[in-house]
Amino acid sequence: MASTYFNEMYQEGAVRPPYRQLENWTADMPAELRSLKQAEAEALFRRIGITFAVYGEGGDPDRLIPFDMFPRVFTAHEWARLERGIKQRARALNAFLLDIYGRGEIVRAGRIPARLVYQNEAYEKAVAGFVPPRGVYSHIVGIDLVRTGPDEFFVLEDNCRTPSGVSYMLENREIMMRMFPALFRENRIAPVDRYPDLLRRTLQSVAPTKCDRDPTVVILTPGHFNSAYYEHSFLADLMGVELVEGQDLFVEGEFVWMRTTEGPKRVDVIYRRIDDAYLDPLCFRPDSALGVPGLMDVYRSGGVTICSAPGAGVADDKAIYTFVPEMIRFYLGEAPILQNVPTWQCGKAEDLKHVLANLPELVVKEVHGSGGYGMLVGPKATKAQVESFAERIRAKPGNYIAQPTLALSTVPTFVEEGIAPRHVDLRPYCLVGERIELVPGGLTRVALTEGSLVVNSSQGGGVKDTWVLAG
Amino acid sequence: MILSVLHVTTYRYELPVRGVVQSHRLTPSNFDGQRVLSWQVEATGGTPGGGFRDGAGDWVQGVSVRGPVSEIAVRVSGEVETTDLAGVLRGHRESVPPQVYLSGTAATRADAALAELGRDAVAGAQDALEAAHLLSAAVAAAIVYKPGATHAHTSAAEALARGEGVCQDHAQALIAAARAQDVPARYVSGYLMATDDGTPHEAAHAWAELHVPALGWVGFDPANRCCPDARYIRLGSGFDARDAAPIRGVARGPGSESLDVTVAIQSVQQ
Repeated sequence: MASTYFNEMYQEGAVRPPYRQLENWTADMPAELRSLKQAEAEALFRRIGITFAVYGEGGDPDRLIPFDMFPRVFTAHEWARLERGIKQRARALNAFLLDIYGRGEIVRAGRIPARLVYQNEAYEKAVAGFVPPRGVYSHIVGIDLVRTGPDEFFVLEDNCRTPSGVSYMLENREIMMRMFPALFRENRIAPVDRYPDLLRRTLQSVAPTKCDRDPTVVILTPGHFNSAYYEHSFLADLMGVELVEGQDLFVEGEFVWMRTTEGPKRVDVIYRRIDDAYLDPLCFRPDSALGVPGLMDVYRSGGVTICSAPGAGVADDKAIYTFVPEMIRFYLGEAPILQNVPTWQCGKAEDLKHVLANLPELVVKEVHGSGGYGMLVGPKATKAQVESFAERIRAKPGNYIAQPTLALSTVPTFVEEGIAPRHVDLRPYCLVGERIELVPGGLTRVALTEGSLVVNSSQGGGVKDTWVLAG
Repeated sequence: MILSVLHVTTYRYELPVRGVVQSHRLTPSNFDGQRVLSWQVEATGGTPGGGFRDGAGDWVQGVSVRGPVSEIAVRVSGEVETTDLAGVLRGHRESVPPQVYLSGTAATRADAALAELGRDAVAGAQDALEAAHLLSAAVAAAIVYKPGATHAHTSAAEALARGEGVCQDHAQALIAAARAQDVPARYVSGYLMATDDGTPHEAAHAWAELHVPALGWVGFDPANRCCPDARYIRLGSGFDARDAAPIRGVARGPGSESLDVTVAIQSVQQ
């Protein structure tokens, strides 16, 4: 029933204002030009080398994520509300992390069960009692949003560790500007190219207490075999900072040093794109060769800042997600601007009953899963698939959450037959340091298969440029 | 009682290494049962790194040694005044909530046998303190003290299956059995003066602490079937032996390393 989905371009037969210019653009574009442009876009992406999997979903690292040229557009007014909601959420998530590694007021107040926090796999005892610079644990918060109506947005999940995909936001814009410069003259589109500069400033603003000079920032990557390596080197280039691997860094005395051709250079802020478990073999996994031995002692004694802070993962756990609106009320004393998707915890007996009775209408996800694997989309599943999934839920109910199948909005998309509506989501990247910053835009993912609600690149998803029109 | 400690750990590298980085949990903290009178930790050729008190109340000190180096000695010496509090860790400053210690590690995961041992032990206990004593007694009965029967990486489940082990195995088995009964439990490393005849002797030791709501953390030493008293010095705690290790380190370089540890402890005439 495609008609029940909110189409971001057409409403009741009329073109919604933000898409008016695009209507002329597509009307004026002959089919041959379109396929020519599509081929050009693909060639550009290949030349740049941007072929990694979105959000570390694995799969073929050399596969190109399909780029759809039809932009997704927000008005300044729509964006203003999203921006307030996203920043509010980023503030609350950071307040939560600071609290649970400190006095744990939200647990003491009975607003979040102690078990979900203190027995969480992502909880790091090693940082209990530590206040990172400016009290920030999650410096880059990626918030996944879906839209179901003109004013209805829902948060699907929060990403507080190292959300990836921002290079797509930047590249999609770059490529659109190169291919369709006229579009950018005719429309007042807010730029996103300040992002690398804002990211660098955010990272510098959380320099450690022992840093008494212009802070040196590096990006720590697990290496070129990582699916997001391209993004790591891309961001390092744009920020003008070094891209390093664990073996390029070492601890001596109270600081972390980087090996350079001119001798060791002190490092103040590490934007790490490796997981907590691999950061320091002395503190976490002893078999890790990706990290830096002794790093955590330097971190905890104020000699270096690690972004995101070790232990930040507790805040983006799918079981904790349910409590984010509560965090906003508890820490900020505000009403949540963005809504959560109603979520049933299969670990709770009454929720489990509801979920098992309504499986064909629900989306079921693994609490620790990602990338659209290990999930059930009830309305798209066969009876046999639903039944076998029910067995898995019954075996380990605590591993699953369920949500209603959301009517994701659609945006016109270039397909074989012309232009057709396809479902989308959105990931903006909120920066948290001395200030909270959000560039007007984000990464729009699109489910290219007709009727599909799964936008993950591993499941046939593509990406689009995301516009915010100037007010 | 005043206890005097000399603890020397010597690392020898087959081939000189380019550098060594260590993390030390070698400094006792003060609480009602122990007061540090003097304490020194020195690593030969070492540069002190960042030091800090962690959330569990332990002093953690980073140390790095620039190579090439083929031998490093970490020398710990000092005096601590102790009081017998029957194992109760009173007046110890820490911020990690006890619930954190309900999470298991590979070494302290309770298999069916450990869970059963715990369940049987606490059956009939009147309160949490009695349950803790019963758990400790059950572990002491199930694992016979036998040096050399196990090694540093033996898990609690493996030690119970063997039925023999050393203090590390007793402590980890007690932790696993307690956690399986929803009792927060942790590993403690320290020193024990086992004989009081004034002669120095081997004294590195380990035991467990169980969280009893009315009292807080309480130490239990299944290896000696008692609770820590004035003969014990508490160095630090963790989820398991590895997490609570007094020295963790990495050497940069090929070749093997050998380790020599001597600990001497004695009571000092007041």
